[in-house]
Amino acid sequence: MPDLLEIRDLHKRYGETEVLKGVDCDMAKGDVVCVIGSSGSGKTTMLRCINMLEEFQGGTIRIDGQVIGYDVVEGRRRRKKEAEVARQRALTGMAFQQFNLFPHMTATGNVTLGLVKVKKMAKEEARGLAEQWLDRVGLLSRKDHYPGQLSGGQQQRVAIARAIAMNPKLMLFDEVTSALDPELVNEVLQVIKDLARDGMSMLIVTHEMRFAYEVANRVIFMSQGRIGEEGDPREMFVKPRTERLAEFLKNSTFH
Amino acid sequence: MPVELLAFFDQLWLARFPLLRGLGLTVAISSLAIVAGTLLGVFVGLALTYGARPLRWIVRGYTDFVRGTPVLVLILASFYVLSTVGLHLNAFQAGVLALAVFCSSHVGEIVRGALLAIPAGQTEAAKAIGLTFRQTFIYVLIPQAIRQILPTWVNTAAEMVKASTLLSIIGVGELLLSTQEIISRNFMSLHFYFFAGLLYFAVNFAIERFGNYVERKTSLPT
Amino acid sequence: MGYSLNFSAVWRSFDQLLAGLGLSLALAVGAIFIGCVIGLFVAFALRAKTAWLRRPAALYVTAIRNTPILVLILFVYFALPQLGVRLGKIDSFVATLALYSGAYLAEVFRAGLTAVPPGQREAGLAIGLTEMQIRTSIIVPIMLRNVLPSLSSTFISLFKDTSLAAAIAVPELTFEARKINVETFRVIETWIVASCLYVATCAVLAALMRRVERRLAVPR
Repeated sequence: MPDLLEIRDLHKRYGETEVLKGVDCDMAKGDVVCVIGSSGSGKTTMLRCINMLEEFQGGTIRIDGQVIGYDVVEGRRRRKKEAEVARQRALTGMAFQQFNLFPHMTATGNVTLGLVKVKKMAKEEARGLAEQWLDRVGLLSRKDHYPGQLSGGQQQRVAIARAIAMNPKLMLFDEVTSALDPELVNEVLQVIKDLARDGMSMLIVTHEMRFAYEVANRVIFMSQGRIGEEGDPREMFVKPRTERLAEFLKNSTFH
Repeated sequence: MPVELLAFFDQLWLARFPLLRGLGLTVAISSLAIVAGTLLGVFVGLALTYGARPLRWIVRGYTDFVRGTPVLVLILASFYVLSTVGLHLNAFQAGVLALAVFCSSHVGEIVRGALLAIPAGQTEAAKAIGLTFRQTFIYVLIPQAIRQILPTWVNTAAEMVKASTLLSIIGVGELLLSTQEIISRNFMSLHFYFFAGLLYFAVNFAIERFGNYVERKTSLPT
Repeated sequence: MGYSLNFSAVWRSFDQLLAGLGLSLALAVGAIFIGCVIGLFVAFALRAKTAWLRRPAALYVTAIRNTPILVLILFVYFALPQLGVRLGKIDSFVATLALYSGAYLAEVFRAGLTAVPPGQREAGLAIGLTEMQIRTSIIVPIMLRNVLPSLSSTFISLFKDTSLAAAIAVPELTFEARKINVETFRVIETWIVASCLYVATCAVLAALMRRVERRLAVPR
């Protein structure tokens, strides 16, 4: 059975600086993988490469067997056509640190946009599905509110509903609680935990160690553009094998 | 070179003096309007920001009225109305007066905007070290406001050059009217309007460049 | 001075003035609609990666911004027929004003596009929208709301610029006022009434625009 996600030797440069120096990563369906590491370790960049929000210069990413972003024609890498990249992006859903809700659309409008424009769903059907997902994240009563009228936590839950409603094979979470006030963090983490319980495959970049410990069946520790260590959080967090992870864990708070 | 173009250069040579006179008059009109308008405008701006209430209302009414009226209407009104009330100005004087009034409302708003943009903390800090209002104004507010005012003010100069063309409508022989007179003799409207446009462009482009230069020079190091 | 105000002659011709005002408004509305379309395309061209889109767009904006509008009006009306482009007075004027406002609006829109956070585009990409879909359903609607105040002030100054149509004898407000001035010799009254009409219309337009801005504003 092919892996859901298969990353091989991923390299990414910004000009002269190499931020990903050969990353390998596999995920099976239903996996919940948390990526931890200090800022600048390349964890967000890896996530953004999977969604083709960043170009990458070397290696391959496969989702559900499909090669993402690039074709190799006569030995040369070529970026896939815009429409094809857009279609592949819909294989994954992404939630951002800054939510990035569309400010001129209601909560429902935010969720239906992709359903109507990308999935070509009828408006009524899309609205029904949107309400179903807004209900799942506990925000059905706010469906006609605009992002500016919602708290940060509520905005992030709408953003998650917007991504999930597209029925992605894999959900990507990019530090979704980092921009939130501490008292709003839990409502968002709870939504993600519920999704995990339902068997959603998720790749989560996070600073919330306790959450990673509870929700992940595997943790990846990234350090200086490489995978430093990976494994079961119950072993890793208790008995780190590398000096770097031990140092990182010592400076992290578990609350 | 096509015959038509040769004919144009021929005509251009014949018309060189009227064109130069027109250009000179355009520059004169714009300069006078800018100088007079700026002096009046600084007063307007100060009155809008610091004036006592009745003065502020009168000046606010003046700027709102001027800004709500097209420049051409100001020029025509100045030209026709002033002579009716016994103030005998020729077209040139009436036109410059109208442009100066137009300029003053612009400059007034620029000055007011710049003064208001200075954070209240600046005045408070100045008070706290014991400066009088006069001292605060001279040593704290003006140096900050001037940086904001200068680049926009230079653009107002370009606006004035453009607006000076409207004086052709009341018969002031500036560049556009000279051009029209030349065209009425040789019927080469395409070439001569284009040439006039090019001259105006050159003048305004130079002013715009100068404005950018001033902006770079006056901005504080960050 | 011996001049006593007497408005009756102006009131008798008031219908003419109002008709002129109506035409002025129509000219401004026509120009801003076409100008917005031009401005939108030019704004995207100004931000394009390829120089052959960016350069002509920048040239157009700089050229128009530094040329007096009266010269443009006269050029389009009197000179273009020599190149075989023959337009009626009104068409010619609206075309000129649209071209003129297009350059200013392009600058306004370009600044507005720059102000839309890049996260909006990324969120659109992440749900699988194409660049074109992102432009039409996300970037442009957000940008238009942001630039609405500048759009209103551009419209009001366009309305004032319609007075220049008098130079090619389009019977708008200023043209009518000048005619009444010459016919009745009620000089002061004519110009008082005409400028009051302009000032009042500008005030009403500004108030209307603020209402539109409030209605279209994103609730928060």
